Amino acid sequence: MKILILGAGRVGESVAESLVSEQNDITVIDIHPERLAALQDRLDLRGVVGNGIQPSVLREAGADDADMLIACAPLDETNLVACKVAHDVFHIQTRIARVRSPEFGDGTPLMGKEGFAVDEVICPEESLTTYIRKLIQYPEALQVLEFSQGLVSLIAVRAVDGGPMVHHVISDLPQLVPGLPMRIVAIYRRDAMGVDRRVICNGSTRIELGDELFVLAANQHIRPVLDSLHKRSEPVRRVMIAGGGRVGLRLARHIARECNVKIVEADLQRCEYLTTQLPSQALVLRGDSTDEDLLEHEGVQETDLFLALTSDDEDNIMSCLLAKRMGAQRVLALINRRAYADLVQGQGTQIDIAVSPSQTIIGELLAHVRRGDVAAVYSLRRGDAEALEAVARGDEKSSKVVGRRIDEIELPAGAQIGAIVREGPGADLKPAKEVIIPHHDTVIRSGDHVIVFVPRKRMVRQVEKVFQVSATFF
Amino acid sequence: MATSLAVIGLVGRLVVLFALLMTVPLAFALSAHDPAENAFLIAIGVTFGAGALLSVATSRYKRELQPRDGFILVALTWLVLPAFAALPLLLAIPGLSVTDAYFEAMSGFTATGATVLTGLDDLPLSINVWRCFLMWVGGLGIIVLAVAILPLLGVGGAQLFKAEMAGPMKDAKLTPRIAETARGLWVVYFSFSLLCFFAYHWAGMSWEDAFMHMCTTMGLGGFSSHDASFGHWNSPLIEAVAVFFMMLAGVSVAMYFVAWRQRSLRVLWRNVEARAFVVAIVGAIALISVYVWYFGAYDTYAEALRHTMFHVVSVGTTTGYAAQDYGQWPLFASLLMILLGCFATCAGSTGGGIKMVRMLLLLKQSSHELVRIVHPNVVNPVVMGGQVVSPRVLQNVIAYMMMYGATLVGLTMLLLFSDLDVVTAFTAVIACVNNIGPGLGEVGPAVNYGSLNDFQTWVCTFGMLLGRLELLSLLVLFTPQFWRR
Repeated sequence: MKILILGAGRVGESVAESLVSEQNDITVIDIHPERLAALQDRLDLRGVVGNGIQPSVLREAGADDADMLIACAPLDETNLVACKVAHDVFHIQTRIARVRSPEFGDGTPLMGKEGFAVDEVICPEESLTTYIRKLIQYPEALQVLEFSQGLVSLIAVRAVDGGPMVHHVISDLPQLVPGLPMRIVAIYRRDAMGVDRRVICNGSTRIELGDELFVLAANQHIRPVLDSLHKRSEPVRRVMIAGGGRVGLRLARHIARECNVKIVEADLQRCEYLTTQLPSQALVLRGDSTDEDLLEHEGVQETDLFLALTSDDEDNIMSCLLAKRMGAQRVLALINRRAYADLVQGQGTQIDIAVSPSQTIIGELLAHVRRGDVAAVYSLRRGDAEALEAVARGDEKSSKVVGRRIDEIELPAGAQIGAIVREGPGADLKPAKEVIIPHHDTVIRSGDHVIVFVPRKRMVRQVEKVFQVSATFF
Repeated sequence: MATSLAVIGLVGRLVVLFALLMTVPLAFALSAHDPAENAFLIAIGVTFGAGALLSVATSRYKRELQPRDGFILVALTWLVLPAFAALPLLLAIPGLSVTDAYFEAMSGFTATGATVLTGLDDLPLSINVWRCFLMWVGGLGIIVLAVAILPLLGVGGAQLFKAEMAGPMKDAKLTPRIAETARGLWVVYFSFSLLCFFAYHWAGMSWEDAFMHMCTTMGLGGFSSHDASFGHWNSPLIEAVAVFFMMLAGVSVAMYFVAWRQRSLRVLWRNVEARAFVVAIVGAIALISVYVWYFGAYDTYAEALRHTMFHVVSVGTTTGYAAQDYGQWPLFASLLMILLGCFATCAGSTGGGIKMVRMLLLLKQSSHELVRIVHPNVVNPVVMGGQVVSPRVLQNVIAYMMMYGATLVGLTMLLLFSDLDVVTAFTAVIACVNNIGPGLGEVGPAVNYGSLNDFQTWVCTFGMLLGRLELLSLLVLFTPQFWRR
C-alpha cells in the first residue's frame, strides 16, 4: 500500500514507525527538513519537504498513485484542506485526518465528499481520554480495550493476592469461578533479569503473583473477571491531574462530576482558561507538578489516582514517582518515548501505568491499513503484541476459517482466538449479537467477528492471511 | 462651556421628543372629553416650547459627546423630564403640591410605582393613562428610545446607552450599530407589550385598563388606575396574566432580542442570570406560601398560594401591584418579598434593584474567596457564562454594593431624622431605591406615600432617581474629579 503521511510530529512519527514495518511504501511530508532527515535515517521511508496542502508538494510525494493519506499536521485546518485536495485533485482512496476540535465530528456533512472529504477523523486526545476513563471505571485494570462496539473487552490486569484465581492453574478456573466465561490469552511474567517474558499459556499454566494477564471477556463480565484476579480496589474518587493540556482538560471535563478533581497547571493563563471550561467542582491549581510542597498541601497522599499528563516525559515520570512516594494510591504517566515507557512500567518500579499517546491511536489507523476484513486493531505492550478483530468471510471452500473448529485453524504459535461475536436472531427479531468464548471444538461461521491475540507483531500478516478469502470465492 | 451648551441642546431635543409622547394621553383625553384636556394641551405647549427653545438657542454648539457629557446628559434628562411630566398632574389635580406632583412623575418615570394620590378611580382617564404611560417609556429608558428612533446622538450614543441601561456588564454589543441594538430592544419590548395588552383584555379588563396595566406591567412599575389595584377585579385569571408578563419582563430584554435573532429559546435557558431569577422567585413563592398559610393568613393553601404567587412576583420583580394588604402578613413574609425585590430582576430588564447578575457575581466571588483560603495555589477567577469576569467588573460591583448599602443606610437615617418609624423609613427607602413602590408600615400596600411630609417625599424622590440610574451614573457627578479639567 502507498501511504502519504502529512506531518512528522509525534503522531506522524509513530504512525510512520508502526506502518513502515508492515511492508507499506511510506512518504512523509513536513515543512521541517531536519525532522524528515532524522526520520529517514531511522526508518525506511521517503521524506518530502514542503507544505502538504499544496498540490505540487503532494504530487511530488506521489499522491497520484497513493492509496491513503494520513494527515496529522499540528493544525486542524492543514489536515482538513489536505484531505480536500487529496480527494478533489488526486482521488486518493482513503483520507484520514487528525482533528482536535470537537466541532468537526465524524459523519457531519462538513466532512462529506462535498465538504472536506475526510473519511475518518482521528483525535489522539479523545482516544487517550477514553483510555484513561476506562482505568478510572476499573481501577484494578492496567488496560481495558473494547471490541465490537463495546460487546467484548480485552482486559490487562496484574494478578494480585486476594484474587481467587491466583496461584491456580488455568484448567481449574471453571471450578474456581463458575459461570464466568473468560479466556486468558496471554501471560507475561518478569524473570530474574527484570525482563518481561511471555509464558506459554495452556491449561497447565499456573497464574503467579505479579503476572500480567490479558483476558478476553464479554463487557458485562469485566467486573467479575477483575475480581477473580485482583482484590477489589476502592472506586476512584479523588483524582489529581498534573498538566492542564488538551488531554488533561478533556479528561477533567468528563470526570469532574463523578470524581473530586484537582488539576495542576503551571501557566496562569491556561489556568484561567481551564476554569472557564470546567464545572466549578473541579479545582484548578497553579504550580509545578513536581513541587512536593504543593502536592502535599493539596493532599496527594489521599488521592486514588494521580495522572501526569504534561507534554514533558521527564516531568511526568518525576511527578509520578514523587506522588507515589508521597502516598498516592495509583499513578499514571503519559510517556511518549518508548524507551522510557519500557523503563518505568512493571513490577518493581513505582509507576503503575505508563501510557503512550501514540500507541493509543495507532489501533484506529491500523484498522484502515490492514487488508482483509479487520474491524479493530489494538497495539499492545508498546507495539510488541497486537489484538485484532477480524471478520470471517466466505464459505468452507474459500475460507481457511469458516466451517472449521478452532483447533483446526492454522494460526502461528502463541496466537490465540479469545472471543467470537456472532450475529444471531435476537428475542424480538432484532439482530442481536452474541459473545462466545470459544472452546477448541467451536466452529466458526461466516460473518463471525473473531478476536485474536497476536503475541508478535510479525505474526500479524500470517493471521491476516488466514482470514483472507481465497480467490475461488469470487 | 461649549460642551455643556451642546449637552443642553440635546436635552432640549429630548424634551421635544417628550412633548410628542404626551400626545398619547392627550388622545385619550380628547376621545373621552375628560376634564384634563386643557391641562395636556397647556403642558404639551409648554414642554414643546421649552424644548424647542433650548435646542434652537444652543444649535450653534455641536460636538461629539465625550463619556463625561453622557453622564451629565443622562442626569439632566432624568431630572428635567419628570418636571415636565408633572405639569399635567399639577394642572389637572386640584390641590396637588409641586413636591407631590414631582414625586408622582418621578415615581412613574423611574417605574417605581409609589404614589401619593388617593382616589385614583375618580381621576380623569387621561391622567391615569399618563401616569402609566410614563412607566412604559421610563421602564426601558427614554434615551434608549431616543437612540433608537432619532439619529440624534451620533457616535456618543453608546456612552449614553451605558449610563442608562442597567447592569454591570454593558460592553457586549448585540449588533454592530448601537441604534440597531436600541431599535431591537424597543421592538421586542413593544411586541411583548402588545401581547400583554390583548392578554389583559382577554382576561377581563376594559380596553383602557388593559392599556394602562400593560404599561405598568411591562415597565415593572406598578401604578394602577384603581385604588384597590388588582384587588379591584379579584380575578385569578387577571392575576395569572399579570404574573406571566411580570416574569417575562423580569428577564433582560436583550436576551429576548438575542433569542429572537438566533431563533432559539436555548439562549434564555442557558442564561445563568435568567435561570437564577426564576429559581429565586419560585423558591420564594414556595417558602412564603407555606409560611403564610401556616400562620393562618388564609384558610386554604390554594388561596395562600394564589396570593403569595401574585405578590412575590409583583414585589420581587419590583413592580409593586397589590391585590391584598400583604402588610398584614407576618413581617417575615412581607420583608422577605421586599428584600427579594432588591436583587431578583435581571440586568437589562425594566426592573430595579441590584440586579441578579451582581448578586451572582458577589456570591461567586465570596465563595471563591473561601476556597482560596483552603487552597492557596488555586486559580479560580469568577466565571460567568463561560468567560472569566475581569477584576475590573468585580471591583465595580463591589463598589456599587458599598454605595448601595451606604445609600440605604444614609437615606433611612434621613427619614428617621425626620421622625418616621423605623419599619416605614427602612422599607420606604428600600422600596424607592429599588423602584419597587409600596413599602410597609405607613407606606404599605393599603396606604400610600401621601402621608409623608415634603422633606421625606424629596428624600424618596432622590432615592428613586438614584436607584433607576444605578447610583454610579448619578453619584459620579458629585465627585470633584468629574468637574476638574
